[in-house]
Amino acid sequence: MTYSFQFRDVFAAWDSLLDGLILTLELSLFTMVMGLLIGIAGASGRVYGPAWVRRPIAVYVEAIRNTPLIVQLFLIFFGLPSAGIKFDADTAAFVALSINLGAYSIEIVRAGLEAIPRSQIEAGQSLGLSGWQIFRYVIAFPALKMMYPSLASQFVLLMLATSVVSQISAQDLFHAASIIQSRTFRDFEVYAVVAAAYLALAMIFRLLFAGVYWLLFARR
Amino acid sequence: MIREFTFIDFLYLLAATRWTLALTAVAFAGGGLVGLTVALLRVSALAPMRWLAGLYVLVVQGTPLLVWLFVFFFGLSIFGIAVSPWIAAAASFSIYAGAFLGEIWRGCLQAIPRTQWEAGGSLGLSFVQQLRYIIVPQALRLAIPPTVGFLVQLIKNTSLAAVIGFIELTREGQLTTASTFRPFTVYLTVAAIYFALCFPLTQWSRRLERRLHVAR
Repeated sequence: MTYSFQFRDVFAAWDSLLDGLILTLELSLFTMVMGLLIGIAGASGRVYGPAWVRRPIAVYVEAIRNTPLIVQLFLIFFGLPSAGIKFDADTAAFVALSINLGAYSIEIVRAGLEAIPRSQIEAGQSLGLSGWQIFRYVIAFPALKMMYPSLASQFVLLMLATSVVSQISAQDLFHAASIIQSRTFRDFEVYAVVAAAYLALAMIFRLLFAGVYWLLFARR
Repeated sequence: MIREFTFIDFLYLLAATRWTLALTAVAFAGGGLVGLTVALLRVSALAPMRWLAGLYVLVVQGTPLLVWLFVFFFGLSIFGIAVSPWIAAAASFSIYAGAFLGEIWRGCLQAIPRTQWEAGGSLGLSFVQQLRYIIVPQALRLAIPPTVGFLVQLIKNTSLAAVIGFIELTREGQLTTASTFRPFTVYLTVAAIYFALCFPLTQWSRRLERRLHVAR
């Protein structure tokens, strides 16, 4: 084999890689916040709400969880404009990712809420705790502890999945890689560098999540 | 020429669904082999083997599937290997599925209490015999629901093969969109077909899981 690796061309385009990285981070963080909010609101509705709230939430969750993210993305970015709703690529990416993560979060939060036995709540009542105290100490805190690991790994998967938004020309890290690839023809090098960047991001997120877990739960 | 989205287009989409299913089957077979190896290495007595398998899982679960597809499809050409979309997709999805299935199955193996291994050991069974006669039969029962659940992930993720030009359901949807210019209808139909494939599996996995909890 006569090929010599040349990473120089890839690193020469560090500024577009950095721009891509920033969008990837922004998309990930905003989507995580949004997904968590949808998850909490949706799961509360799904568990405690009346039937006319529960049914639509269940339909939403099943529809999203049983279809691919890239198709949801195409539907929102290419499909919705014909219904008069038009987003630029970044907004469409954010909307699609949030809708997607929201559905997964609802399932995770719901499992956490449902794992709190009724008898625990009754035990709280019999100790004379107020409604707020019961919610805080008996439901929210233990449920959060239970759902935390699943949420954290779902969030890391989401961060990796943001790479798909490059397919609607949102200029994330993966999109930057494709541009560099087409300019320099250093296919292997550019994807190796980008793979390493995603791996580093995934490790940083996991470490951060583990740190937050330790702060919130492990010390008590 | 722009034409309407008609029933024949729907049939084309259905026809392309075969390739989604074929890719899923190939990825599941390849990923199953890799996953089995990973799971066994992860519970092996040799620490370097455990680390190696752990590193594999860490790397694959920490990188996007898209990167693997592109590395195989575009990247390998520098070694003078021309890679078809089929090979690139099959390899990428096997690597990806192998890491996730490996982790799922490792969890199932480790869910079997240590004392079961020790009981086997005290009967004079070797490591392989302990696995074969004691651990695997019990772990298999635990493994089925999450494996079916992962199959749903796999079906959905084969849609990513569209970006390297592998013609399956999503790619066919893109092509149909290009000729009919009805993106909303086309992608909604595509989503509906995925849903029809995945939803029964999701329900099945859930039912299996519930049955498992009752049995325990």
